[in-house]
Amino acid sequence: MELLLASGIGAITAVGLYLILRRESFPVILGLTFLSYAVNLFLFAMGRLVVNQPPIAAPGAPGYTDPLPQALVLTAIVISFGMTALIVVLALRGFLETGSDEVRDETQGQSGEAER
Amino acid sequence: MSGPVDHWIIAPVLLPAMVAAFLILALRHSLVAQRVVSMTALAAVVLIALRNLAEVGDGAVLPYRLGDWPAPFGIIMVLDRLSGTMVLLASVLALLVAAYASSGWDMRGRHFHALFQFQVMGINGAFLTGDVFNLFVFFEVMLIASYGLMLHGGGPHRLVAGFHYVAINLVGSTLFLFAVGLIYAVTGTLNMADLAVKVPLADAGDTALLAAGGVMLMLVFCIKAALVPLHWWLPTAYAAASPPAAAMFMIMTKVGAYALIRVHTLAFAAGSGPLAGLAEPWILPAALATIALGAVGTLASRSLAGLVCYATVWSMGSLLMTIGLFDQQGLTAAIYYMLHGTLVGAALFLLLDLVREKRGLWQDGLKPSPGFARQGWLAVLFFVGAISLAGLPPLSGFVGKVLILDATRSAPWAAWAWSILLASSIVVIFALARAGSVLFWTSGSDDAPPVRVAPESGVGLRFAAVAALLGTTVFLSAFAGPVTRHAGATAAALLTPDVYVEAVLGQRTTAAARVAP
Repeated sequence: MELLLASGIGAITAVGLYLILRRESFPVILGLTFLSYAVNLFLFAMGRLVVNQPPIAAPGAPGYTDPLPQALVLTAIVISFGMTALIVVLALRGFLETGSDEVRDETQGQSGEAER
Repeated sequence: MSGPVDHWIIAPVLLPAMVAAFLILALRHSLVAQRVVSMTALAAVVLIALRNLAEVGDGAVLPYRLGDWPAPFGIIMVLDRLSGTMVLLASVLALLVAAYASSGWDMRGRHFHALFQFQVMGINGAFLTGDVFNLFVFFEVMLIASYGLMLHGGGPHRLVAGFHYVAINLVGSTLFLFAVGLIYAVTGTLNMADLAVKVPLADAGDTALLAAGGVMLMLVFCIKAALVPLHWWLPTAYAAASPPAAAMFMIMTKVGAYALIRVHTLAFAAGSGPLAGLAEPWILPAALATIALGAVGTLASRSLAGLVCYATVWSMGSLLMTIGLFDQQGLTAAIYYMLHGTLVGAALFLLLDLVREKRGLWQDGLKPSPGFARQGWLAVLFFVGAISLAGLPPLSGFVGKVLILDATRSAPWAAWAWSILLASSIVVIFALARAGSVLFWTSGSDDAPPVRVAPESGVGLRFAAVAALLGTTVFLSAFAGPVTRHAGATAAALLTPDVYVEAVLGQRTTAAARVAP
């Protein structure tokens, strides 16, 4: 199970890293999503992999699984979900206003002269 | 857990949070009421921050345990000299920038004041928290608000630059979580004081994992602090943001620097086992590259915005160089320079806005525009700001630079540090002098259309806010003695983290008693 999970997280991270280096903003957003999935799984696994145990040290239970990473993952999911929604809207507005989905490298001279 | 709890400690976080919600829910239709409430709240935060700093002026470390959970388990805020100083700095900056924005910028988009309050909440939270995961959460609060502020005013240029900014910060947040996960996996704690105890006790086999986590964490802080080669996002983002937002963002780079100081002096301090001094070997060289690159950038900029952005990178380089020393003198210089750099950088971003307003279509491009010469007071303010930023006597930039040079005198890279810092200072002085003479002394050809007349409403408030920000640099140089003594005491406390650890964890901190069962 460890090998499967570790290689899975590795593969998702690799896909995410590849995609965030693309030229268009849509693959970049997908890449960020993949990265956030990878990090959520990673955080989850950091409490060690335990199967069929309660997340609390209950009397009578044979053991417990660490509840803290689960709380961390919950927070991380909420934040990354909100951020992804924001960046999707941002990319969409950028596409509608500039007519291009490309992640451009603006020259700084423009900020000084053309618009504000 | 005994004695009365000092609830004022958490007020700089709670008050902006509640005011922000109040502004959205109750006052969203009345801009005047929003301005009054927002400014009143920020003034109150400044007073609370002053009071809190006075509380810890004797070197006390005051933990605030939410829900009264004992330290490594619950959420904790810690007020000590450094966090108190930083909260005061952020509050003063926020008050003055909000005053500036209240004269017109807050009309160009919606919810400026609410976003601004959330930003202040995130920044103050990041300074006060005593827990690495809550540091992440407050970073996110601060960043989410900054995305809104960055896009304030709209326009395609801001959208494109905003996309870059959000994307780079999302990557940074992901790295942060990876780092947090690794550190938790090895040590079983995320409380900073507890980390100071547990990191030296980590198993030899886990050292590599812990080092990977620690380095990733430092990397995230360095992205925020714009250390070369992680600085590329800053000039694009800050130049595109509305100037009041960019002025407030000046404190965000310092949040990165603060987090670097805090985590490194606690978890990876000298004498903390195999991971002692984790970031020391590479921060100093990278900071020297940052200084050089920032100075070249100021010279290459074709607009005042670009110049101020690269000057920010340059000043962050000087700051990170002193942090990279991790000794008494270095941290003293760093704390002083942090105060100076934030306030002066913010003043220049606001000045940039005044210049744009006066020059109309010419904006802040560094070429002569017709009919702009002889802008008396604006030129005076720019002159004061430029002197302070470049580090010429008698203003605080000079004091900061002397402290930095003194601190690096015996460092292993001393020759490099001195020559790069001094040479880059000349370059920055030259760039600022050129910009000033082009903007204020020369006038373009007469057949070009005249400069559009800008709306004049509230211009007095704008000038007053900039003058007040520049006044703080005069204050910092006039009271350089007491401020440096305070910075020195803060640095000494940072280098002896035992007091902090004991205050947070209580008396049961001896390493032997805390080895995992």
